[in-house]
Amino acid sequence: MPGSDGSGLMIITGNQAMALGAKLSRVQVVAAYPITPQTPVTETLAHYVESGELDAQYVNVESEHSAMSVCIGASSTGARAFTATSANGLAYMCELIHWAAGGRLPIVMGCVNRAMAAPWSVLNDQQDSMSQRDAGWIQLFCRNNQEILDTVIQAYRIAETVYVPVMVCYDGYILSHTVMPVEAPTQGQVDRFLPPFSPRTILDPARPKNINQVTFANPRLDERGVLCHGYMELRHLHQEALEKARETIAAVDAEYALVTGRSHGGLLWEDRAGDAEVLFVAAGSIASEATVAVDQLRDEGIAAGVVGIRSYRPFPGVELRAALRRAKLVLVFDKSLSYGNEGPICADLKAALYGGQVQPAVRGHIAGLGGRDVKAHEMAGAARTALRELELGVEPAPMAWLNCQI
Amino acid sequence: MGTRECGHMSAMSSPTKGEAGITGQWRTARPVVDHTKCLAAKLGKVTCLQCWVFCPEAVIEKDIPITVDLEYCKGCGICAGVCPSGAIEMAPETQFSEVEVHAGK
Repeated sequence: MPGSDGSGLMIITGNQAMALGAKLSRVQVVAAYPITPQTPVTETLAHYVESGELDAQYVNVESEHSAMSVCIGASSTGARAFTATSANGLAYMCELIHWAAGGRLPIVMGCVNRAMAAPWSVLNDQQDSMSQRDAGWIQLFCRNNQEILDTVIQAYRIAETVYVPVMVCYDGYILSHTVMPVEAPTQGQVDRFLPPFSPRTILDPARPKNINQVTFANPRLDERGVLCHGYMELRHLHQEALEKARETIAAVDAEYALVTGRSHGGLLWEDRAGDAEVLFVAAGSIASEATVAVDQLRDEGIAAGVVGIRSYRPFPGVELRAALRRAKLVLVFDKSLSYGNEGPICADLKAALYGGQVQPAVRGHIAGLGGRDVKAHEMAGAARTALRELELGVEPAPMAWLNCQI
Repeated sequence: MGTRECGHMSAMSSPTKGEAGITGQWRTARPVVDHTKCLAAKLGKVTCLQCWVFCPEAVIEKDIPITVDLEYCKGCGICAGVCPSGAIEMAPETQFSEVEVHAGK
């Protein structure tokens, strides 16, 4: 049962877990526009602010474009800023997503994964955040409500260490509206783990600056005679920060475990993968579903396991190679599609394996688009089919659609 | 040449000369200052300076007489517009040789 301070075990939805994570992180500015299935995040935070539980500015905005704009302004003044959105809301703030990243502002945003319209859908897939993967944000995927709460708190530590904004992604409805037991840390524990935000630069009236001004192709002297970066140098630093974030994400997760006793695997997590020859790879709750499929396959004597992607950007290519070193067959399940090519996780995983010593067969699957239910027995069936094809030497289709009834 | 000690991870700067880069050859007109009309030159002191205040490229120096850095001047004509003495004329670039244009002189 929750203690008097609100910590302890509670039964809450994924959205409540995200709002609670933001509250425990002592966010100072919340600017969010409600969109299904993210809406309860904004409602819960509004309740926290209105009831005095959370000392923050809650800015009602008329759009997601403005929500991210407010977060950018707030973060530039040195405030800890938070927003959350889904699907077309994320697309609506797309321009500002790039501004936040290029401005190197440590904003944390919840992305409650929902299918992109058209056609209109409020149900889950991961097309929304995947479509923003090249904007320069860190993207972390959660597999359950406990991980959502813990990841929001970790996200601020990560963002404020490497100065890159973080998107905390979790599956709409499957997690956002499903209640699960969640252990909340005490405010004291979180305060020890997450010190107040001390910003790198603050908008200061006493020291006027142009921020994110027109930046030319080549480095140029500023008025003090200091050679300042051109656009390309700043982009290089941004990429370096994301590369460095791989260490930071793992280290922050390990430190969080020291404070709360819980870790979520850093960049990726494994389930029965140590001796596995058949490995499922996916991100979010579909990877949790794969653990059930793995249990079924193990019962049949098939050495199966799961490697769950927690950090999609930065992509854990090196870590994946190591995790797949014994694999003969890798089954990737993407809840999104880079239309005209293949599933984004699948494409990235193949690229990570390129030139390596281990070259397992990789089978990409498109699954669960627009809320199509993905069942463990279907995933296990996909594994059996792929194994049979391998035995028979059948050339597989470039991409399989799971339970597509066309 | 300056030192490379830019500690910035995102773009920021103080307002400075040539914020929009070297002009190159696309300027169509340039300011020509008549120092017999310019107040600062006439009075021999740092005064008026409306051109310096309003120049969006910060290419005007508060010298006596004032100078314009044509390498960065975009030829926008704001200085000519704000000069209370009418001391600045915008002269078409076609009046100047290509060498002068290219050298920003």
